[in-house]
Parts: sequence; C-alpha cells; structure tokens
Amino acid sequence: MDEIFFGFERPKGEVGIRNKVVIMSSVVCANNVVKQIARQVKGAIPITHPLGCGQFGPDFETTLRTLAGLGSNPNVYSVLVVGLGCENLTSKILARNIKKTKKPVDFFDIQDVQGGSVAAVEKGIKIVKKMVKEAKELKREPFEFSELILGLECGGSDSISGISVNPAVGIVSDKVISLGGTSILPEFTEWIGTEDLLIKRAINKEVGNHIYSTLNGFIENLKNMGIDFLGVQPTPGNIKGGLTTIEEKSLGTIAKGGKSPIQGIIKYSERPKGKGLWLMLEPGFDVESMTGLAAAGAQIIIMTTGRGSPCGNPISPVIKLCGNPNTCNKMLVNLDLDGSKIVLGEKSIESFAEELWEKLKLTCNGKKTRAEELGFNDIAIWRCTASPFQYLHEK
Amino acid sequence: MSYIPKSKVIRMDANDNCATALKDIKKGEKIEMGDLFLTAKQDIPFGHKIALDNIKKGDFVKKYGEIIGLAINDIKTGEWIHVHNLESHYMRVIKNG
Repeated sequence: MDEIFFGFERPKGEVGIRNKVVIMSSVVCANNVVKQIARQVKGAIPITHPLGCGQFGPDFETTLRTLAGLGSNPNVYSVLVVGLGCENLTSKILARNIKKTKKPVDFFDIQDVQGGSVAAVEKGIKIVKKMVKEAKELKREPFEFSELILGLECGGSDSISGISVNPAVGIVSDKVISLGGTSILPEFTEWIGTEDLLIKRAINKEVGNHIYSTLNGFIENLKNMGIDFLGVQPTPGNIKGGLTTIEEKSLGTIAKGGKSPIQGIIKYSERPKGKGLWLMLEPGFDVESMTGLAAAGAQIIIMTTGRGSPCGNPISPVIKLCGNPNTCNKMLVNLDLDGSKIVLGEKSIESFAEELWEKLKLTCNGKKTRAEELGFNDIAIWRCTASPFQYLHEK
Repeated sequence: MSYIPKSKVIRMDANDNCATALKDIKKGEKIEMGDLFLTAKQDIPFGHKIALDNIKKGDFVKKYGEIIGLAINDIKTGEWIHVHNLESHYMRVIKNG
C-alpha cells in the first residue's frame, strides 16, 4: 500500500490524527471551571458551550449527540466532563456516552466537591495532568486511509470557489473514498437545485427518496412560514459575481463532494453508517457545520473560503483553501493553500488537487494547520428544532 | 475537467457549452482553449460565462457537465451568458409543479 498516514490507535481500533486531552462542560454553568483547568494544564483542550440546561426533546438530543460525538472523535485520547449538578444534560450521561469508545473518561459535578468551584478546579487539574502524561506515551503508527473520515466544508463563499478550489476538493474526496475511506458533505440548503443529480448518484431508491423528501420538506416548511427562499437565490451578490441560476450556484458547492456515489443522509453530528460519501443535515453555517463534522467523527476537515475565514475546530484540524486572488493576498496567514493560481491560469485544478492531497497527508501525520497554529477553536452547536417556547415569538 | 494553463477561460467539463472568464474579457478579444478558438462578441466580466457553441432558445446550458438552466433566447458562440438569456430550469419545474 503506497498511501498511508501515521496516526494514534484508539481502544476500539479507530484511528486519530491528533492525540487530544479534552475538558468538556456538560452545561454552561461549568464553563468557567473548565477554562480555569485548561489554563493551568499545558496540552489540555477546553470545550465549552452556552447550552446543557432547559433543553427538551430533539434539541436536547442534538446537543448531547454533538458533545458526546466531539469527545468520541478518534482525535481525542481522553475526556474529563465537568457538570454543575442540577442540569438536565448531566456530566454522567455525557461521560457514559463517550465511554462507549472505551477511551479514558472521567467526570464530576461542581456541586459535589467540598470547597466549591475553587476546589473543583484543583480536582480537575489533578485528573487532567495525569491524562496528559498518559497521552504522551502513545506513539503514531502507520494506517491506511480507509480509517479516515474527511469533512467537506465551505464558508464565506464567493463565485470563484465553485470554479477553482471546490472541484479540487472533490478530486481529493473521491481519492479518500477510492482508498476505502469516508467523506461527509454538510450544508443541505446548498444542495437545492441539484436534487436530480444527487438522486441519480444515490446508491439506491431509498436514499434517493430520502434526499428528495429532505429538500422538498425544507422548501415546503419555508413556504408555510412565508419565506421565499428560492426567490432570493442566487443572491444579488452571486449574480454580480457571474452566477445565473440556483443550480449553477449549488453545483459549485457540491463539487466538493466529487463524483462518488451517495451512501445516505446522516443527522447532524451522527456517525456515518459505513464508508464512502455521506450527506449530513446541517443548514450551512460554517462553525456549526464543522462542529457537526467533528462530532460525526471526521478526523480532518477541508474548508474552502472565498471571502476569507480564520475559523478552525478544537478537535479536527481544518485545512483552508481559497481561490480568490484578492482574499489570498489579504488573508494568506489564515490559509493553508493558495488556490488563486487556478483562476490566474497558472495551475490546473488537477495539479492543485495533487498539492492538496500532499497537504492532507502531512496534516494527518501531525503537521499543524494555520487555524491550529493561530489557535482558532470555537464550536457552535446547531439548535435544529422548534422549542416548546417558539409560540412566544409568534405574533 | 479540461483546463489549459494561462487560458482566459476555464471549462469545468468537456461536455459544457459554456466556459467561465478568468479575467475581464473585452469584446473582440480572441480566446484559445485547446483546439477551440473563439472571439468574444461582448464584454465578459471576470467570473461570468461565455458561450462555446451556438445555443438555441429552449436548449440546456451545461456547466460541470450538468444542466444549469434553459436558454431563453438564441445565444451565439462568444456571447455573454447571464440572467438576460439563461433561466433556471429547476425554478421552472418547481413553479409548474
């Protein structure tokens, strides 16, 4: 096998490309304790969020699935979950979900610690220092790309990405899949207009029907809310940039997914149920989307950006590409590869894709991305369902 | 995906009947794309599309090897393709059920 990468094996055989010790809050009330612990232990990553209490039904499930998914990502060596003690998304539930991976997981609630938050920070530091020490003993070993899940993302889009870097990402995604690996394409609002093509690429009729009902249901819902989504696509900015129709715009976006057959649709933050290309339900806000990709198990994400984005992810390295010469000039420090050579007529999409493949291998083997070097590690969790309070907003 | 380095335009798929301008192209400018030679009949701004073939009213315009819409007027080789002569096929299907 020519194509291999060097990663860290997890207890159940999954492979990480990073070896992170994570401290995670189960509820917003524990965020500060988590951050204080992380500040005092070198090599530990804090994951905090504004949720975890007063959530119900599918909204609660999505938050739990996302946080558990981030902790379960193969890039994570071990996790300490800190809760407050009276929230409905408890540290115990979250820890139990992550423990299914058999990786080291510990948890406690601030209300159970004698000495309040100050003692809780001390307790956390002790646990996490031990985890960091253990993590350092693990060494990288060679693995095949069938172990890899690649997340495909774009953010701050313009009309150039679709004719330059996005098709190059598609070539790399197809390559990962041809080596037995997996890719996830999120942002379902940007598939609209390409239903026929996506359904043609579905592995069977059932998957095709799922794609159709998902997109049709979304458009119907918007119509019932009085929102004319289709009437404003492409946007005036898109039209100025040269995009004429919604199908042209969407084709440029889904070019990231290459030409591989579509295995199915997964929920936000859900693990793909097999290898190959999967579509993920997520509405297209890049930080939320990348959080969902990492929670779905993607060890690495490729993000194309036209107008420029510095964003990254705390769990999965994000390789950022841009095809817009002006943005490459202004924000080169935030980019891993300059794809403007394609529109400058100096490089073919195919040879840029080769460059991207080499970058992907280096990143898998441990080379830091720009977002990692610059410390961009925000998460955002998609709140995808109507809450029971929604009627309060209605006129 | 055929692509000739240093070209003024990029064609995303060999079956496409349009290409995208990689620079602001002026009316009358000669464009070479592999074995294809054409002259821009209008100004084509950067990022906009140029017809590589004569496209009849009602014909599909293709990019990425896929349909991106219907020609609502006859379009001649070298002409600018945009909202004035191309309409979404998808939107037409949605509107007509």
